[in-house]
Amino acid sequence: MIVVGELINASRKAIGEAIEARDAGALKKVAKDQHEAGADYIDVNAGVFVGREAEYLQWLVEIVQEETGAPCCIDSPDPAAIEKALAVHGGAAMINSISLEKDRFNAMLPLISGTDNKIVALCMSDDGMPETAKDRVKIAGKLIDGLVRNNVPIENIYIDPLVQPLATNDSFGMEFLDAVEEIMTTFKGVHTICGLSNISYGLPERKFMNRLFAVMAIAKGLDGLIINPLDKQMMANLIAAEALAGRDDFCARYLQAYRAKKLEF
Amino acid sequence: MVSVKNIFEAVLAFDKEKCVELVNRELDSGTDMNTILNEGLIGAMDEVGRLFSEGEFFVPEMLRSAQVMKAGLDVLKPRLSKMESAKKGTIVIGTVKGDLHDIGKNLVSMMLEGAGFEVIDLGVDVDAEKFISAAKEKNADIVGLSALLTTTMPAMETVVAAIREQGLRCKTMIGGAPVTDKFALKIGADGYSEDAAGAVETARRLISA
Repeated sequence: MIVVGELINASRKAIGEAIEARDAGALKKVAKDQHEAGADYIDVNAGVFVGREAEYLQWLVEIVQEETGAPCCIDSPDPAAIEKALAVHGGAAMINSISLEKDRFNAMLPLISGTDNKIVALCMSDDGMPETAKDRVKIAGKLIDGLVRNNVPIENIYIDPLVQPLATNDSFGMEFLDAVEEIMTTFKGVHTICGLSNISYGLPERKFMNRLFAVMAIAKGLDGLIINPLDKQMMANLIAAEALAGRDDFCARYLQAYRAKKLEF
Repeated sequence: MVSVKNIFEAVLAFDKEKCVELVNRELDSGTDMNTILNEGLIGAMDEVGRLFSEGEFFVPEMLRSAQVMKAGLDVLKPRLSKMESAKKGTIVIGTVKGDLHDIGKNLVSMMLEGAGFEVIDLGVDVDAEKFISAAKEKNADIVGLSALLTTTMPAMETVVAAIREQGLRCKTMIGGAPVTDKFALKIGADGYSEDAAGAVETARRLISA
């Protein structure tokens, strides 16, 4: 399971203010806390700063890596901003994201083609947002094909099948879950990743639902999540769910988590 | 008149059959259509909006009520079309160029319809030209713009500016996850709303202004 820590996102008020004030200390602490809680990648997003996004993104990569040494998940729809952040990034980064939208695909491709960078690939095309599992798998297939042909190893591709709000359509949970299963069994070696908060949009007790949805998706094969790693219950759920899904040899990680008191709240 | 209140209750209780039956019964007994519409159906959706804003109602419940309301409205529609007084205003709505997200926009459309507005939904990835030609053709009172991405927010400014340039009489309102009232002010949009229930209030305010 690859965990991307989502907290350094400028659309969150405290983070946005810290970025504007260039408060490296506060941001480094958020990076460190996430890394220590088990995040493999630290997401950096400065999208709300139109016009200054690239500059901020680069600075965020610098301070996050200085503090944690962990790779970043560089989160932007703007290839120029990603390129600037990549220039200072040490080691292979994760890029969030490419999609099948033609302009975006062509603009992002040079940043990953022939590199070791990981890429989050959104199941979205110029025809709009997919609603069914079938539509998602179709787009995923085209994305994987297009990326592999352009020198991106399948192991570096993280397909995001797009979580949509259950509140607006009763089938949106299952369409997503079925897509994960189909993608993971059809395209051997590829990964699937997603954020969770969309699933519970418009409903109460969102954290409760997000945590359960994560477990259901892991059972279907999902092996990446963009989440708040400081949510202890969520992190414990992931560990138990992976063991239950048969992806934890001799329950080693589950037992390790138990001894580290990560299963206590 | 007593059962106009029951129509209101049927919408809030998600009871489609009862709503349709009650609307028919009121029509048969000669109750004024505007009363059925405004006090029964639209009044109920206003209450739904209020409950939603207060965190008592959630999105799926808003959708259920809207479906019931629409079933009741369908009974009235053939007769209402002849009545100018039923018209609350015409709103052209869409997600701006480059943005394919439509869930929030659809919720807003639904609530605006629930409030009795005529809503022309242009879908997603809509450019300024399309907004303008629809606004002209439908003689729109309001053009509503939606965006979910920070990268497509500038497209809102383009549409607002183009509407001004063309000298159209319609007002503009904007919304979407990254959109703020500050941004609305900055790009010169006439209105902003945080959610679907608020959009109804904003639209009413803009039309009566």
